[in-house]
Amino acid sequence: MNKLTDLRRFINRDNNIVQLLIITAVIFLLMSALEPHKFLRYYNFESISFIFPELGIVAIAMMLAMLTGGIDLSVIGIANLAGILAGVFFTRLYPAAPDAGTAAELMRVAAGVALALGVGLLAGTLNGLLIARGKITPILATLGTGQIFTGFCMVLTGGPAIVGFPAWWGFIGNGKILGIAVPLLLFLVVAVLIAVMLTRTPFGLNLFLIGTNPRAAVFAGLRTERMVIYSYMLSGTLAALAGIVLSGRTNAAKSDYGTSYLLQAVLISVLGGTNPAGGKGTVLGVSIAVIALMLLASGFQMMRFSNHLIDFIWGGFLLLVMVINVLRNRGK
Amino acid sequence: MTALAKLLRRSETAVLAILIVVMIVIGVINPAFWQADNLFNLLRANVVIGIMALSVLTVMISGGIDVSFPAFAVAAMYLTVIAMNAWGYQGVVLPFIGATLIGLFCGLANAVFIHTFRMIPLIVTLGSASVVRGLLLGLVGTSIINIDRMPPSLIAFGSSTVDVGGSKLSLMVFIYLGIALVMWLFQTRTMAGRGIFAYGDDAESAKRVGFNTRRTVYLVYGLAGALAGFAGLLHASMIWLANPRDFVGYELDVIAAVVLGGASIFGGRGSVFGTILGVFMLTLIKNSLIIMRVDNTWQGVVVGCVIVIATALTAWRDRKALV
Amino acid sequence: MAEPLIELRAVTKRFPGMKALDGVDFRIFPEEIVCLAGENGSGKSTLIKIVSGIYDFDEGELLIDGKPVAAFGPRDAIAAGIQVIYQDFSLFPSLTVAENLALNRLLSESKTFVDPEHRRRLGAEALARLDVEIDLDATVGRLSTADRQIVAIARALMSDTRLLIMDEPTTALTGREVDRLFAIVREIQAKGIAVLFVSHKMREMLEISERITVFRNGRKVEEGPTAEFNEARITRAMTGHDIGHERHVWAGDAAATPRLSVRGLNVGDTVRAIDLDLHRGEIVGLSGLLGSGRTELAMALFGMEPHDGDIRLDGTPLRLSSVQDAVAAGIAYVPEDRLSEGLFMQQSIARNVIASAIDRATRGPFLDQGRLMQLARDIVADMRIATPDVEKLAGQLSGGNQQRVVIGRWLLTGPKVLILNGPTVGVDVGSKAEIHRRIRDLAAGTGLAVLMISDDVPELIQNCNRILLMHRGEIIDCLDARGVEEDDIHGRLKGLR
Repeated sequence: MNKLTDLRRFINRDNNIVQLLIITAVIFLLMSALEPHKFLRYYNFESISFIFPELGIVAIAMMLAMLTGGIDLSVIGIANLAGILAGVFFTRLYPAAPDAGTAAELMRVAAGVALALGVGLLAGTLNGLLIARGKITPILATLGTGQIFTGFCMVLTGGPAIVGFPAWWGFIGNGKILGIAVPLLLFLVVAVLIAVMLTRTPFGLNLFLIGTNPRAAVFAGLRTERMVIYSYMLSGTLAALAGIVLSGRTNAAKSDYGTSYLLQAVLISVLGGTNPAGGKGTVLGVSIAVIALMLLASGFQMMRFSNHLIDFIWGGFLLLVMVINVLRNRGK
Repeated sequence: MTALAKLLRRSETAVLAILIVVMIVIGVINPAFWQADNLFNLLRANVVIGIMALSVLTVMISGGIDVSFPAFAVAAMYLTVIAMNAWGYQGVVLPFIGATLIGLFCGLANAVFIHTFRMIPLIVTLGSASVVRGLLLGLVGTSIINIDRMPPSLIAFGSSTVDVGGSKLSLMVFIYLGIALVMWLFQTRTMAGRGIFAYGDDAESAKRVGFNTRRTVYLVYGLAGALAGFAGLLHASMIWLANPRDFVGYELDVIAAVVLGGASIFGGRGSVFGTILGVFMLTLIKNSLIIMRVDNTWQGVVVGCVIVIATALTAWRDRKALV
Repeated sequence: MAEPLIELRAVTKRFPGMKALDGVDFRIFPEEIVCLAGENGSGKSTLIKIVSGIYDFDEGELLIDGKPVAAFGPRDAIAAGIQVIYQDFSLFPSLTVAENLALNRLLSESKTFVDPEHRRRLGAEALARLDVEIDLDATVGRLSTADRQIVAIARALMSDTRLLIMDEPTTALTGREVDRLFAIVREIQAKGIAVLFVSHKMREMLEISERITVFRNGRKVEEGPTAEFNEARITRAMTGHDIGHERHVWAGDAAATPRLSVRGLNVGDTVRAIDLDLHRGEIVGLSGLLGSGRTELAMALFGMEPHDGDIRLDGTPLRLSSVQDAVAAGIAYVPEDRLSEGLFMQQSIARNVIASAIDRATRGPFLDQGRLMQLARDIVADMRIATPDVEKLAGQLSGGNQQRVVIGRWLLTGPKVLILNGPTVGVDVGSKAEIHRRIRDLAAGTGLAVLMISDDVPELIQNCNRILLMHRGEIIDCLDARGVEEDDIHGRLKGLR
């Protein structure tokens, strides 16, 4: 009996999730109907499963920043910086020994991963300090740090891409474990961990309260500054992870990769039900949103729509869904 | 408080002071900085970003954030140039009116979503930027119109100069300053302009006092779009190139320049003079790294640090005690 | 007898689920100073919005100068000479005083262009009318609350105003500023303008107004010349009940180590050399006019304001440099403004309740949802919050229930000292009594030491064993609640300027 009321409550309160699922189903059916031979092939879904995770991880990072009423415009800068630093590490600081065995190679790659994630953590800490301690409004703070991080990318690469990542690094972006794309596995792990963190830990509860009413949070004795800093640290680390997957998939790291990802991450986060003013957002919503939009993009690609029209669709889609939300709320 | 004290207190004064100090420092490192040619080049580099900054300033005063102006600028620019080529039109006035109208139309579309549907400006402008860029590249085309195929009238216009003491100062600088003057008059001497300040300060009170807030929102975003469209075509005239992928990344620079100039991201505050200073500061930093013998690759880092420091100071000025 | 400026006859206004006004008659005559008294939720704000044309109404009629009007919107109200000054003043903080003053007139002149000289002149005229000196070029946001109010009044008087309505005008003013305001109000009356105060502050009612109307639960319950009213009668009319016979009697040992002991506390310029002892089981009241420093005192004890002095809990010295320090020591604070400082409106009751004691609902690194819900339900039952469901959003509760949530949240932390700031402001009578009873029980039963900051004199008398009065940063009086009468306290407060 309790489970049933829980489910009903879930559906009632999270109309957004239901709406998203319906939209995803509609897109899926539409695309299948329009191009059944190309869209419904396993190969299509498989390639989607390699490509969407990095965007999905960035979107989750964006959602985390939005939960406290902020935003992180530096996520792409962090992602690229992480990838580039790893690239520098692999090509200049710690190149492969010619007769290195698997174990040594794995060690090297593990060190690279640790370095990249560490950079993300530090970058996020900088963001958190500027926003929580410096009291700089998040849009401007992360605008500035984003420029700084991208700037360092330029300094490190001098312009061209860094290539020559180890094979195991490429595995992160292109490999399969038990038939499932590694990026997809990573995304699932991230999604589950973040979802658990948000719904089942004190940290998550803190974030929701701070985002809902920062003033009341202070009066309630919550450590608001610390929590905000932690959330940006987490965003930064996730951004770095996305950078690892991206450079693993393309076997290169460049200072201007994924510039369109930033806008898309904001769009996906909002589409997924995150309130940019804070206090509301779910990993499930963001995950469904990213998949829905990926299916849409894939379908349009099949229909030989130019990539650019896909950008148009993303933007138009966001506006459309927002309008629908407004009209529905007005009706209440 | 005496008039002098009040003047000193304003943030524009602080920006001006910093600007003068920076210029002196650069001049010391490399006296070539003070040559007329260099300074005139610098002024020329201000023009397009400056007009865009005026667009962003208008929106920021009203309490919103606009990231769609680069998309509107490039759309207006590309469509106008293509149209000119298609009809073999050789003139200047009509194309600029056309580009401005395209920008105006896009801006009004923003206003519909922001006012009628009460959506957050940041999200709306993100969406509209995506839509416009996508449509432009997807439906119209991606090929760059280079100098051979640019309308000669535009090229001639963009390269016109005025002789000042032996060196040539671009006519565009005067156009920029002229637009800035008109914007200043609009903001300070018309009720519509004051309405934007009132709306940005407290939208509810603005309505109670009698402002037509619907008209205000449409005016703000329409004007912002129009300025963006104008800037777009001006850019093409100045670099003799029409690239439909242009202006990517301009959002950050322009917003930074406007904030540097003292505008508040919360609305209700900002001035044309401050914005001009902010744009000059940003352009100065970007263009002078070479003259300061700093490697160009450090440009991003330097600009980023400047933004962070400037916003930290602004935050300190605007600080609202939490308790 | 002249025609009333504005008259409501048998007006009823309904909102979904309730009647905000129920068959109300109300009149204002020219050049009167009238006070409309009532607690939050009594219907007075609704009445004002009807009089100023913002709301329409469901039954009854509205007459202007004796003639019924059909449609009455904000423009019509302004045309009829009715101006309202809301609590937020509706000013533009980033614009200058001159511009704020002149905007309304400039807009009605339908000018396209602005002449700064003309604007300044309008501003100067407006201020001259009130005979005050405020810098025309100052940014309004930098003015004190009192000065901003003057600008708002000056602006309201720029059109042909016949009735000036002021909503809770003295809420944020110090004693001297209230004096200045009242002087201005008398000048306004001398110019032939009627003034309507909407208030629940005794001073407005008894000192400046000529006629008092009291509302309760959407109905007019009392009306008459001010001379016939005193604080007790007004309170009774507003709350609907007498001071009960309950008292809080403290039978503890005054020589024992106090729960909370304060010596020589200084907070900025606002609080000076305060000595205070709070024993287990005491409920000590603290009152005083705005600006007396009482909120700053509370903030300091809660770790929110830098201070110096000696603070001890059960004899152990404390260092309170943050809210976390205070909470860890066992000090709890229920803030004045529950909407912006207390509650997370879009979150569930459960989450609101657990907010300050999240540690009590954890198992290892995780939240124990089951325990969280149970604790929430326990508090809901304990505080008798009327809701079947702890997942309901806090924003959906009534004021009384909301206040119980905030108090309940702090009880969950097992506090040793509970500081309450305006604990029953905007709370209905039934909830008030409940909350009072709960606090008295807690003090008597668990040894909690309570400091109750309040303006509500009956509340203080009924619930405190001792009442302190603060003025200009110092404690100037300590009264034993057993012997004191309501009028004594009002009298002493009145004497403070």
